[in-house]
Amino acid sequence: MTTKFNDFVIRFANVNGSGSASANGMFAKALFRMGIPVATRNIFPSNIQGLPTWFEVRVSEQGYLGRREGVDIMVAMNAETFAEDIASILPGGYLLYDNSKPLPQSMARDDIHEIGIPIANMMLPEFADPKQRSLFKNITYLGAMAGLLNIEFDVITGMVATQYKGKDALIEPNIRALELGRDYALEYLQAPLPLQVRRSDAVGDRIMMDGNDAAGLGSLYGGATVCAWYPITPSTSVAESFENHCKKLRIDPETGHKNYAFMQAEDELSAIGIVIGAAWNGARSFTATSGPGISLMSEFIGLAYFAELPAVIWDIQRSGPSTGMPTRTQQGDLIGAAYASHGDTKHPLLFPATPKECFEFAADALDLADRMQTPILVLSDLELGMNENLSDPLEWDDARQYDRGKVLSAKDLDEVETFGRYLDVDGDGVGYRTLPGTHPDKGAFFTRGTSRDEYAAYTESPEAYQRNMERLQLKWQTARSLVPKAEIQSSGNRVGVLYYGTTSLPVPEALDKLATSGVRLDTCRVRAFPFGDEVADFIADHELVFVVEQNRDGQMRTLLINELETNPAKLIPILYFAGLSISADYIDQQISAYYEEHKLARLTEVTS
Amino acid sequence: MTFVAKPRIHHPNLPVNELGLTRRDYEGSVSTLCAGCGHDSVSAAIVQACAELALPPHRFAKVSGIGCSSKTPSYFLNRSHGFNSVHGRMPSVMTGANLANRELMCIGVSGDGDSASIGLGQFAHVVRRRTNMLYLVDNNGTYGLTKGQFSATNDKGSTSKKGIPNLYEPIDLVSIALQLGASFVGRSFSGDKRQLVPLIKAALKHKGMAFIDVISPCVAFNNHNGSTKSFDFVREHTSSVVNADLILGQPEITADYAEGTHEDVAMPDGSTLQLYKVDADYDPYDRIGALNYVQKMQEQGQVATGLLYVDPDAVECHDIMETTGQPLNELAEETLCPGNDVLASINQGYR
Repeated sequence: MTTKFNDFVIRFANVNGSGSASANGMFAKALFRMGIPVATRNIFPSNIQGLPTWFEVRVSEQGYLGRREGVDIMVAMNAETFAEDIASILPGGYLLYDNSKPLPQSMARDDIHEIGIPIANMMLPEFADPKQRSLFKNITYLGAMAGLLNIEFDVITGMVATQYKGKDALIEPNIRALELGRDYALEYLQAPLPLQVRRSDAVGDRIMMDGNDAAGLGSLYGGATVCAWYPITPSTSVAESFENHCKKLRIDPETGHKNYAFMQAEDELSAIGIVIGAAWNGARSFTATSGPGISLMSEFIGLAYFAELPAVIWDIQRSGPSTGMPTRTQQGDLIGAAYASHGDTKHPLLFPATPKECFEFAADALDLADRMQTPILVLSDLELGMNENLSDPLEWDDARQYDRGKVLSAKDLDEVETFGRYLDVDGDGVGYRTLPGTHPDKGAFFTRGTSRDEYAAYTESPEAYQRNMERLQLKWQTARSLVPKAEIQSSGNRVGVLYYGTTSLPVPEALDKLATSGVRLDTCRVRAFPFGDEVADFIADHELVFVVEQNRDGQMRTLLINELETNPAKLIPILYFAGLSISADYIDQQISAYYEEHKLARLTEVTS
Repeated sequence: MTFVAKPRIHHPNLPVNELGLTRRDYEGSVSTLCAGCGHDSVSAAIVQACAELALPPHRFAKVSGIGCSSKTPSYFLNRSHGFNSVHGRMPSVMTGANLANRELMCIGVSGDGDSASIGLGQFAHVVRRRTNMLYLVDNNGTYGLTKGQFSATNDKGSTSKKGIPNLYEPIDLVSIALQLGASFVGRSFSGDKRQLVPLIKAALKHKGMAFIDVISPCVAFNNHNGSTKSFDFVREHTSSVVNADLILGQPEITADYAEGTHEDVAMPDGSTLQLYKVDADYDPYDRIGALNYVQKMQEQGQVATGLLYVDPDAVECHDIMETTGQPLNELAEETLCPGNDVLASINQGYR
């Protein structure tokens, strides 16, 4: 059998709360440190202890980071899901299990390789404490995997030493457990397997980080000083990351006091209220939530739209509706977020696809909110937010300056003849604002959700209301040229594919698969709403555009049709909404099927 | 209804304060509330209190929710920014405003519908956060803008204009504020300016959460016989417990008071809080005692007014959070952004 390197999917099936996350994380990190591209996916229940949880690692020398169907190696440590875990292994794949108890004959498959290790029995003489026995089982199978897959052992032991720095008593038993597993594999099993890893330089200078962490750090870099939030999976770690980084980077060196305010509110209504109050008073502020939080915040979002106040809202999307599957990913909040609130409202949305983009969009969103004086929603999802992703390293341009938008200082007010908060002085729909307390007798005004004239005076004049709504529409047009542009790759193909956010992850692999059957597509990765001209042109320039997204109703497609007045027949929906992340195989199959069904022409030969 | 600015000319003999400003410099636009509305008296009391304390009239953040009460920030302190926000959500907006700039004086105005019904949760949480603000409720027991429905502070058995009794227990915001840790809790009556103005002055100088429940009758929907929030009923059924005043600087020793009924408390900014106890046995520093007293009075159909509880050494939200002394909205970019070199080492931590 020929040996295959750095190309497989391994899945760890565990019981949640059993301490497996740490061992599984070390597995992925070890491969990453050997220079091998990995993508991790945590498939977990909304529960603290006792329910099934899976951790999947896609190992790909080619750098494919999207999910791939099928499992090559299953580490089956959860009796409850044993049957389905075994069933999910691809023919020729491997099952690693604890054979302290024999494998039920009914579950045996003759098209896979069984690797039994008596892990529980091995723990008995080594660890006296039952809790330790349970915990070190995870480390032991990690050691066994090191032997089986040929992972450099000192990379793992090095991580143990770093992880337990300061708790030195834990280092020795962890190393012992690793050695137990590895030695068993080398001594009693055919190790290494024909499926193994070897050092590579495919990672380059990339980092491994989750999107929520990058979002929190980006908000810090972007100058946010107020974060108000309410816990909700999968967004909680955005706020937590902001606080963790602030504790290191935002402490006044002389006084030890905080150059930020971090407030866990009583609910999402309060969280957005705090953000809007802080923004009204001139502090950069943001919140992070998920779909249900957006629903609750909607009244306030409408107020901020109409009162023209900056706010940044991270929506880490999960499966809905209602509480849906709170720990599964989806791109289901687009329409709700785009038009959140009552009356005529619409809001710019940003769609990050990588941790680096989470970092950048966090700062960009704060600039945009100030520049446009309106709420900006950043739509990430569980897939990006809570899984460690390979990412280009984060960068900050030291020449960059915060764009605080049109805010008048006391000096400006002295020089200005008449101040009208909602006067469109520059013709871009955006007025000049003042902050409370700026000037002894100029520039004060009353902010309200009810209608007002250009000078912020209350009025129910029909003309004044309509003028104001039309100016807000002009401001929307201004936003089109300020939000991040779509990334387009065109080689003159007649058909295109359009996608956004984490749907981008499997696209390179899907395109390669499609190309082998002669399907070549131009690509458009949308990064923001409202859509810029480049998106309209991309659709106009292609006969058909597949719109790939992770929701049932084709929400991006709806926005395109609604905002660009695109002919719906041109936009072919490719939809995945089962709660896992969309895979390259799925995209390939769906698009191929469409080609088949409609007998579309393929490039069968490359002409040179 | 449109915005009406007040004429800026004033009587030449109006007294000026230490800043050289008259009361007129603290006013707002013309009220559009009903003639005789208690809320206008409350706005006038705020104007007088701020003028007498010689506070800079542009250094306030005024926030309100929705309702008749919440219109009133337009009617005082025209030189300060105001924000008429969302029904029941003044506390969160005020919290955010206070986080952004701890140097501004924060006045939040709300009503009984705004604070005791839709916003009860936000009311409770802003109290326990100890946001440094004056939280003032214009409490009339009724929904005015929607024409006279009972609010949650309306007493059980009190009747509507048509004579229909309210069937439900009232919520007493003063009791809730005491229970949740407000460090300044007062109650007054819009018709008693002599009590209300000094109480507002004391609240403005208080560091931390200062809550004042002002019974402020609604002349349009809740001022009839049978209502327990009518002018007549309130006048007959309130009894003052401790009256407060605030004077700038050290007090002169002038009047003689019965032993145990007068006390001066030095405030952190050098001003003096003067307490005049009507009931010599009442202890305004005893939170649990105050709560019991208020509830006992309520059971007897009486409303205790005055400065019911104060903790002169209270801390505020920023102290608890240990935020920097400088307003967050003034921090410079170099303080906020660690730059690319730091980021390079952060990247290293993710390898």
